[in-house]
Amino acid sequence: MSERRVSLEVLRYDPETDSEPRFQRYPVPYHEEWVVLDALNYIKDHLDTTLSYRWSCHMAVCGSCGMMVNGEPVLACKAFLRDYPDEIRVEPLLHFPIERDLVTVIDDFMAKLARVKPYLIPARDEPASAAERRQTPAELKRFKQYTLCINCMLCYAACPEYGLMPEFLGPAAIALAHRYNRDSRDAGRDERQEIIAANEGVWDCSFVGACSEVCPKHVDPAGALQQVKIASTVDWYKEHLMPWVKK
Amino acid sequence: MSRKPYVREVSKTRWFLRQPRYMRYMMREVTCLSIGAYALVLVLGIKRLSEGRAAYEGFLQALASPGGILFHLVVLAFALYHTASWFNVTPKAMPVQIGESFVSGGVIVGAHYGAWIVISLAVLLLAGAF
Ligand code: FES
Repeated sequence: MSERRVSLEVLRYDPETDSEPRFQRYPVPYHEEWVVLDALNYIKDHLDTTLSYRWSCHMAVCGSCGMMVNGEPVLACKAFLRDYPDEIRVEPLLHFPIERDLVTVIDDFMAKLARVKPYLIPARDEPASAAERRQTPAELKRFKQYTLCINCMLCYAACPEYGLMPEFLGPAAIALAHRYNRDSRDAGRDERQEIIAANEGVWDCSFVGACSEVCPKHVDPAGALQQVKIASTVDWYKEHLMPWVKK
Repeated sequence: MSRKPYVREVSKTRWFLRQPRYMRYMMREVTCLSIGAYALVLVLGIKRLSEGRAAYEGFLQALASPGGILFHLVVLAFALYHTASWFNVTPKAMPVQIGESFVSGGVIVGAHYGAWIVISLAVLLLAGAF
């Protein structure tokens, strides 16, 4: 019996010669323990050295191997061949421009991430040299889940709102803003609210929930966005109906 | 080497056909229209009531006709789908943390169903159904 093979149909795009993307088919040996990334590495090593794609850790940690496999955004290093039919279609992450083959242009996400200030902003009156700021396990638990984000951008590829309205800040950036807002050591919420409570912030989200369904780290960005909406609404009521109450 | 990123267009009208999860989302959103439609029926009922007994009885008869019953069944099914689909996502929007652990999602969803049943019974009680 001949060795079992799967057929990988990979999107190819060479900006120097192609006017639009095309698909190229590669027969790849099937191994029970192989993931799609192994299949791509096999192609690169044995069939076609010109194929471009991003990867680094091969263990779902670095977040660089996100791509569409049979129409679903996944980490190529976490997508086992055994979970797919023998015909597998591999495309670059949806909603991002294609730089070359499976490599996308991620500048938009990087800029949005920077805008939400995803780092601890201490209170102004707190000297940088202040003693260590202790946190109870309960305080850590408030935001721990959101620290697991690996910036893989699968949620942006899954989010139809981002596809239709590219100005939308998007799931991961807002979930990370929420992560710092919920941190007991942080005092930067007002600065972040300016960005995330705007129209292109949470209000472009209609709670499709696709981001949380595809998140490989179970961060649940959809939950974070709804919580930001509720908190922003409470802010509005406090500001307009109860101006004497301090936030 | 020159850069020439290729942008794939997203269909503005057919995007939700691509994935079953988008279809489920559209179902959740579209089924709210049936609740609006039923509110209109109630408004019509009040109007008929103001027009006198005969008009109101005619309205009740129309509700009891096969078409009226079918309408009710469809609206009920849509309203149930709409309600359940929203209740089931409430733990995401309103997580409750007690100490170091979060209250399980089932409890939060269950509390919504519980409140729904209590309020429905209260409305039926006020309407003299018991
Ligand atoms: S290679 Fe690092 S996440 Fe897949």
